[in-house]
Amino acid sequence: MKIKLEKRSPGTITTLYITFLSIILALGVSALIFESQGVNPLIAYKEIFVGAFGSVYGFSETVVKAIPLILCGVGLSIAFRAKIWNIGAEGQLLMGAVAATWIALNNNIPPNLKISLMFIVGFMCGAIWALIPGFLRAKLNANEVITTLMMNYIAMELVKYLVVGPWKGAGEWGFPQTSIFPKSAWIPTIAKTRIHYLTLIIAFSSTIFTYILFVRTKVGYEIKVVGDNPEAARYAGISHFKIVMLVMLLSGGLAGIAGVGEVAGIHHRLRPPEGISAGYGYTAIIVSWLGKLNPLGVIVASILFGGLLVGGDAIQVSLGLPSAVINIFNGAILTLILIGEYLANYKIKFEFRGG
Amino acid sequence: MFKGSNSHLWDDVSVGEIIIKMKGIVKKFPGVVANNHIDFEVRAGEIHALLGENGAGKTTLMNILYGIYRPDEGEIYVRGKRVKIKSPRDAISLGIGMVHQHFMLIQTHTVAENIALSLHTKFFLPTREVEKKIADLSNKYGLKIDPRARIWQLSTGEKQRVEILKALCMGAHVLILDEPTTVLTPEEVKELFKVLKCMVKEGKSVIFVTHKLDEAISISNRITVLRQGKVIATISANEANKRKLAKMMVGREVLFQIKKEENSSEVGSIILKVENLYALNDMGLPAVKGVSFDIREGEILGIAGVAGNGQKELIEVITGLRKASSGKVIIFGKDVTNKSPKEIDELGVAHIPEERVGVGIAPNMSVTENLILKCYRRPPFSKGPFLNKRYIDEYAEKLISEYKIATPSKSTPVKMLSGGNIQRLILAREMSRNPKLIIAAHPTYGLDIGATEQIRRLLLEHRSKGAAILLVSEDLEEVMTLSDRIAVMFQGKIIGPIPTSTVKIEDIGLMMAGETVVLQQR
Repeated sequence: MKIKLEKRSPGTITTLYITFLSIILALGVSALIFESQGVNPLIAYKEIFVGAFGSVYGFSETVVKAIPLILCGVGLSIAFRAKIWNIGAEGQLLMGAVAATWIALNNNIPPNLKISLMFIVGFMCGAIWALIPGFLRAKLNANEVITTLMMNYIAMELVKYLVVGPWKGAGEWGFPQTSIFPKSAWIPTIAKTRIHYLTLIIAFSSTIFTYILFVRTKVGYEIKVVGDNPEAARYAGISHFKIVMLVMLLSGGLAGIAGVGEVAGIHHRLRPPEGISAGYGYTAIIVSWLGKLNPLGVIVASILFGGLLVGGDAIQVSLGLPSAVINIFNGAILTLILIGEYLANYKIKFEFRGG
Repeated sequence: MFKGSNSHLWDDVSVGEIIIKMKGIVKKFPGVVANNHIDFEVRAGEIHALLGENGAGKTTLMNILYGIYRPDEGEIYVRGKRVKIKSPRDAISLGIGMVHQHFMLIQTHTVAENIALSLHTKFFLPTREVEKKIADLSNKYGLKIDPRARIWQLSTGEKQRVEILKALCMGAHVLILDEPTTVLTPEEVKELFKVLKCMVKEGKSVIFVTHKLDEAISISNRITVLRQGKVIATISANEANKRKLAKMMVGREVLFQIKKEENSSEVGSIILKVENLYALNDMGLPAVKGVSFDIREGEILGIAGVAGNGQKELIEVITGLRKASSGKVIIFGKDVTNKSPKEIDELGVAHIPEERVGVGIAPNMSVTENLILKCYRRPPFSKGPFLNKRYIDEYAEKLISEYKIATPSKSTPVKMLSGGNIQRLILAREMSRNPKLIIAAHPTYGLDIGATEQIRRLLLEHRSKGAAILLVSEDLEEVMTLSDRIAVMFQGKIIGPIPTSTVKIEDIGLMMAGETVVLQQR
């Protein structure tokens, strides 16, 4: 038997259909995991769904988790459109968190300016964290997949150092964390929920901004050309350096804002990295692919994945399952989407030959 | 399984016997019928030219015969026996070999190793045996080659010989050559033709795929003309002439000599001046070595030469895509040496790049988006940071109809278009800005007669409008017909330029091959 691949170009409907199929298949694969843990997968899925969307509290928590995912995911969709593989959103988010903490705990800054300054400086720090690998890519052609990933580890270690070292809060019973932020540095939340709505508004605005950037502006056009054919971009006089730096600036900055939201909206203090981000920077990679690099798609995907995180917590409690099950589910979705994308572009033919 | 199983297939072939017969071949691709009930046959001991414009279905038909594509309908017979050719491996075992336009050789290996590799018979490469076989075949067919030379040391013509040897070593009785002369110098073409004639004398057959009329007439015994996926006729080469074939190919009368108005006596001012220019290639080796010339308003300067002699680098330096190591490029009296592509573009310089798909377009983006690649920055295409979608759409529609770009819609990804239409798109984009300086690299390479004619006319039109044109081409005839002055580029240096009217095409051909020719200026 021979397997042949034939190229084709899929329509929108095929693409949607294949994305949908990938999710269903991922559910199927995860069902096997639930089975192996002795849990009826249907009950598990029901628990996840009810936990995430079945109550006002559950849904509000889903939105809380979706906020950093939207910010990082939209940012990454900008970089990915230029085929710049920024996988350092996690580190960029942490740097935003560090910046916010620095502003929050600085007594020389007028209290009424703190929140706006946190967002601005948070954006800048996330952006700088992304611009370093961006510069190395644009000038020295250093592979950004490696450098952005390494920058994540540096950011993580930096946060760890700060919370056990110079920024460790007095009177925190020895816990590795900073003192609690003054109230003036708390991002306000919608009553009875943890939805820090300022960050949510910024997340939505950045989505609209990115959408307009892609479809209406010269820069969005340039990003697309660089992503499709860098040689053609050079030929058209589009500065590769400018575009690489710009997409890194925007994706890093938005991830930085996500970090501000986490510390100033939820935790109100800086904690060790795993306490601040539930791997949002990495999950955002999946989110931005699942959203087909379309900002509006990213919102849908973020809510879906926010729900998964909340539902995952719910089944840990109600069914006694390890949270790693949810990670397996996430991994299965990304893998299947990538396979699905391949299958959308190629038709597989099986040929049987006798003799 | 693939070797030896058909070893008796080619016993006692008599000259003139029909050895390959393709009957009623149909192959459809989305949106086109590439082959529409094609009948095609090859006799033993003949060179059979398959003539047609690009997109006529020649390559598709040959890919079917070589097992790369499977036909939707139709039958193939080899020596009267019906066969199913499912892969190139099947084709090879049936004695059918193919030399593609792009060579498939490993640069760092020797000739013998490359050929031994394709035989894949044993675990260890039978290099010694192969060397002997190469020597035998070389003598028999006049395919001179050193079996121990490494591929990167060979010229293009020699690489092609290696490909032919490879096919012969694999036991080819029928050899398909896909546009074999596009990469060769006139001298190398002569060599190739000698080899082919020698092969058919030995009872082998050659299918010669081409879109060049002269070649079809001079080399082949019979010619089959394809147009839009159908066979128009199969005629003997003796009965053929250029006019008749061209009409069959295009479906209408074609003018061969494009009338070129003579330049008015007073010469225009200098538009482009290149002074003692040096530049390196991608490997960091000198590629342009002290080139100087100038082009005036309303003048076409043709640079002839075989690809790889520094033309690409020269053009890249002029258009700002490559840094000069020394020397000067002056456009409109302004020193633009090592300025950015954007700055040079903004002076009104059009660039038709050598690599259409690799450089000239963004393949996954739409026709519209590709049409504005050079002008999206300027009003009215954009205002401030925003694109003016409505104006851009109207503009795209206008260019599509004006330049006859055949596309299903203006939002179709450019990669779906044919080579000729991609080139029309690039020309539409570059020429519609009424450039004062046009840098055209191989503008008609691989295009059909219709597109070629359109493009040459366009260049002449802009010449009469006063544009200065630098035309780099391997097609000698093109350079001779279009240019006012002509220069040859060989190993990074330029010979000439001299007025076209004072040189013979044969001399230019020799110069392209590196021969020293005393040019006699008027």
